[in-house]
Amino acid sequence: MGGKCLPLVQEMTLLLEVKNLHASYSARTGEVCPALSGINFELGPGEILGVLGESGSGKSTLAASLLQLLPASGKIRQGSILFEGKNLLKASPQDLRKIRGGRIGLIFQEPSSSLHPTLRIGQQVSDVLAAHMSLDRGALNEKTSQLLASVFSVDAERISRSYPHKLSGGQRQRVLIAQAIACGPSLVIADEPTASLDPTTQKEILQLFRTLRQNLGLAMILITHNPALLAGFADRILVLYAGRVAEIGPAAKVLSSPQHPYTVALLRCLPTDFDEDQNARRTRLHVIPGDPPDLSSLESGCRFESRCTERMEVCKCDEPAAAAVSKLHEVSCFKFAG
Amino acid sequence: MQPLLKVENLVKHYAAGRSAGTKVKLAALDGVSLSIPSGETLALVGESGSGKSTLALCIACLERPTSGNIWFEGIDVTALDENQQRLLRPQIQLVFQDPASSLNPRWTALDIVSEPFLVQRHFTKPDRAVRALQLLDRVAIPRKMAARRADELSGGQKQRLAIARALALEPKIIILDEALSALDCSVQAQIANLLLELQCSLGLTYLFITHNFAMAAHLADQIAVMDRGRIVESGPAENVLRSPRHQATRSLIAAMPRFIETPGVLVHS
Repeated sequence: MGGKCLPLVQEMTLLLEVKNLHASYSARTGEVCPALSGINFELGPGEILGVLGESGSGKSTLAASLLQLLPASGKIRQGSILFEGKNLLKASPQDLRKIRGGRIGLIFQEPSSSLHPTLRIGQQVSDVLAAHMSLDRGALNEKTSQLLASVFSVDAERISRSYPHKLSGGQRQRVLIAQAIACGPSLVIADEPTASLDPTTQKEILQLFRTLRQNLGLAMILITHNPALLAGFADRILVLYAGRVAEIGPAAKVLSSPQHPYTVALLRCLPTDFDEDQNARRTRLHVIPGDPPDLSSLESGCRFESRCTERMEVCKCDEPAAAAVSKLHEVSCFKFAG
Repeated sequence: MQPLLKVENLVKHYAAGRSAGTKVKLAALDGVSLSIPSGETLALVGESGSGKSTLALCIACLERPTSGNIWFEGIDVTALDENQQRLLRPQIQLVFQDPASSLNPRWTALDIVSEPFLVQRHFTKPDRAVRALQLLDRVAIPRKMAARRADELSGGQKQRLAIARALALEPKIIILDEALSALDCSVQAQIANLLLELQCSLGLTYLFITHNFAMAAHLADQIAVMDRGRIVESGPAENVLRSPRHQATRSLIAAMPRFIETPGVLVHS
């Protein structure tokens, strides 16, 4: 389903290869809801992939699936996830425990609920190290100090002795980042890591990610619903809609000349930059008509069809496969079918 | 013509514990002044902790300022007692960022928009139902969703519901505190359009609090920038955007993720 036409990444050794991933949730009524259908993508070492998706697109399911952290009602039905050459879907629970936090770091959205309220910050970072490495107390403390110094340019010592409630949202997020990189992972998955932060802090956190990529060769999957966040940050962007990959390509290309009608419509919803067009202020913004489809009762055909301004007859009958529109840029839309 | 809302030298201190034997005061608002003409939108922008939400609470009469004045339609709200303020509150409504915590998830949409009528003891039962349905129409929530519980609605629908509830008692001004921030981009566009449309048809005045400068730039007639409890810059939106004077304003504009096109390449400004 959606076979690859071109190798998307030049690297000889891919860090992550996701092939034909299908995941679904079962409701108590027995209804099955296909949250992810045929996801394919690759990630090279040190690459930053932005996963752009709105609510219901499957982006959080994707994050959870990659680490086998789906809730009891969720199940991966098909596909493979090759990480550093190993299929995660066939890994033992012990191996998975070593990989999570060890080889793959995780950063989720709510920094305030991810930190233990009554343990000092230093302790919480040490705990992550202790879970994955056998270090003596001295080495543990040394490494903890180094980690906090790598994410806090000033005051790392004071932060280490503080409790979470004394820290601002941005500071707490930095602590989560320290925990995520503690064991020197090759990949960090971040799900809306800057959602609750204000713009200046957001910019600083993105800069921190860039520095870590540079210093540690860290690859990253940044999941967000905000396209502007990925501009100038992600190397490539994967656009997710209703559990399918709509488009994937170099970030600058996807943002400046989007090809999939959904990506085009999504980017048009953003307020125009005020420098470009003063007359656009206080006018109606473009919206995408309709709503995302109910995944528990999908009809045949393209999942974006009912909201698409460029729909054709064929769109009602079949789901489009991925087609290359240029080097490294693929779109799943019948406009581009060969 | 007098402004609908005028705030003068508002100060709000919170006690923040003791340090070396003396009480420490936190000045959340340190002398704030602003005014909003009727029917206009003032966007209040600033970093977290700048005092925007404290200002919203004071204007909505949910917090008493330490000193300073708030005039609503020429009435000095700060000089009113609790009972008198209660009579005024319907005219100044608030919509918050997180609809999930401001709407009772177990109530139906219809119950939620009807609640203000019950609290303020307006209208007979049949009248309430009619008006509640009209409110849902106004915010484009399909009538078939009226009997759905709030927790069954999408984020965008919940926020529309919060707006419908705010409209129930025909307010003059709505304070929107990061009301769009938690929504997907395409839904933000829908709600922004709804707000503009309601302003046009009902003559509403908005205080739009946000740290999303791009949306503030899109919706505002005037922009005020807050920094550490003070308004450091304000004026017509175009002026503030084109020629920002204060460092805090320039930082906010610089931090805004923007698509800047150089041929074929997009960069973060």
